[in-house]
Amino acid sequence: MAAYGAVRRRRQALWFWVFTGPFVLGLVLFTYVPLGWSVWLSFFDAHNTVSPTDFTGLDNYRQVLGDPAFRSALGTFALFTAFIVPATYALSLGLALAVSRLRRAQAFFRSVFFLPTACSYVVAALVWKLSVFNGVRFGLANTVLGWFGAEPVAWLSVTDPPWYWLVVVTVRLWLQAGFYMVLFLAGLQRIPPQLYEAAAVDGARPGWQTFRHITFPALRATSVAVVLLLVINAFQAFDEFYNLLSDARGYPPYARPPLVYLYYTALGQGQNLGVGSAGAVVLALVIAVVTVVQSRWSGLGRREA
Amino acid sequence: MGAVRQTDDALVRAGRALRLVLLIALAVLFLIPFYLLVRNGLAAEADITSPDWTFFPSELHWSNVRELFADPDVPMAHALLNSTLIAVATTLGTVLLASLAGYGLARIPYRYAGAVLTAVLGTLLVPAAVTFVPSFVLVSSLGWVSSLRGLIVPTLFSAFACFVFRQYFLGFPRELEDAAQVDGLGPWRTYWLVVVPNARPVFAAVGTIVFIGAWNSFLWPLVIGQDRDAWTVQVALSTFTTAQAVNLHELFVAAAVSVAPLLLVFLVLQRYIVAGVERSGIDG
Repeated sequence: MAAYGAVRRRRQALWFWVFTGPFVLGLVLFTYVPLGWSVWLSFFDAHNTVSPTDFTGLDNYRQVLGDPAFRSALGTFALFTAFIVPATYALSLGLALAVSRLRRAQAFFRSVFFLPTACSYVVAALVWKLSVFNGVRFGLANTVLGWFGAEPVAWLSVTDPPWYWLVVVTVRLWLQAGFYMVLFLAGLQRIPPQLYEAAAVDGARPGWQTFRHITFPALRATSVAVVLLLVINAFQAFDEFYNLLSDARGYPPYARPPLVYLYYTALGQGQNLGVGSAGAVVLALVIAVVTVVQSRWSGLGRREA
Repeated sequence: MGAVRQTDDALVRAGRALRLVLLIALAVLFLIPFYLLVRNGLAAEADITSPDWTFFPSELHWSNVRELFADPDVPMAHALLNSTLIAVATTLGTVLLASLAGYGLARIPYRYAGAVLTAVLGTLLVPAAVTFVPSFVLVSSLGWVSSLRGLIVPTLFSAFACFVFRQYFLGFPRELEDAAQVDGLGPWRTYWLVVVPNARPVFAAVGTIVFIGAWNSFLWPLVIGQDRDAWTVQVALSTFTTAQAVNLHELFVAAAVSVAPLLLVFLVLQRYIVAGVERSGIDG
């Protein structure tokens, strides 16, 4: 009997690896190995090479953390997050509430707001840069300003006032608001109707009171997930910054989020993979800590376990 | 009492009308970028750069599409081919690998399954975009820079997709598999003949999300697809967006062409995409 159990266990172990083996092997090879390699590279002087010999200890880390451009990249991320997270949260929740209460054409409006999800950041940045916020007179925003007699604004190339924030934030807002609206719509559907009936019996008025005391608290889990996803995605912002702000002369010295900084450090002139790796390690640690802290604080991790 | 009820009703109706007007205004605003793509893509250059903005260009130039594909300086046809190959291969590969692994993790008892799951989920803590430097190091030492292999293979192992499948299979009715076992099917054939045909919605949901992500992906193709021959549509568009001298109508028609297939996928499969997004939010 014991022998039979051992055979059965061994056979099941075999089947387990038949199913998961290829995936786990690839994950190790293409995620864990590069991470380990990068940690190793980060202790070496690795200009234009991936097999360096010149051990430099913590020099690369000192260089990254001491680099004002790196600290300014973290500042850019913080500022970007401060703009985009509340803006997307409010717009997508507002859209979800408005769409969910429609009696007809609900599917139509949901589709319209969700449609930008199909568009790439590259295409959206192209439209924003060359049409909507084109700095010359024929740009759409400048045309509208012109109707009111205002002078055209060079949206992307002035830093005082930093109009480029308006461009960078609105492009992402347009692209992602519909995605989060769908999450909120799903959350709204999970609220039991009895809650609203009970609230009505207790004299809560429809509208703000019901939202404040019933809907908003019931959406807590969705809200937490949305904010977490928004922050993680803002941390990875690259596409729209790169395509909106870089031109034939290169990338301007301002508005460089972490990944743009990393891109130019590791793959720009000199290909300093040592410093680039150190930067990647620091950023990976930052985002891992942010994720863990945020999900602990919200109890998200506990629910999954 | 009656008067109060009446004003209340009027207020509610006014509120509803206001909401509808706001929604319509926002919907128009949301559609304007798509409209601009088509307008500028089919307009003459002079119409686009004219200081007198007109809603409709004076004339529609469908020849812009032909001009785009005939321009030897813009490898649009080749870039479209690359993007199609990459998106299809990435979707099939990701769904295959992740669904098998998700099933194994959900259903096959194994002493170290918990440890494997932790190792898989651990990679979710560090988003793939942040590790593009390490991945570039690996791919370049394999000699895969500027190759389709380099663009596809490293992106096939999605811990997120694996997790979605695992969660789905945890809730899959066991009776079906038990019946298959009674019929003498082993785990492999049970999976393909019984489980997969009954799990089509989750495959469609994950597949469409992965396809859209692969088609629209930019940073990895930018880093790896350095030669012109390896450009995807996004890299090609970006190269001309960030260049000094651009031919606007050609760029816009190229962008419109690049979005068109996705809009089609999107409208046809929206049900699955919405389901996939809902899963991603709840589980991610």
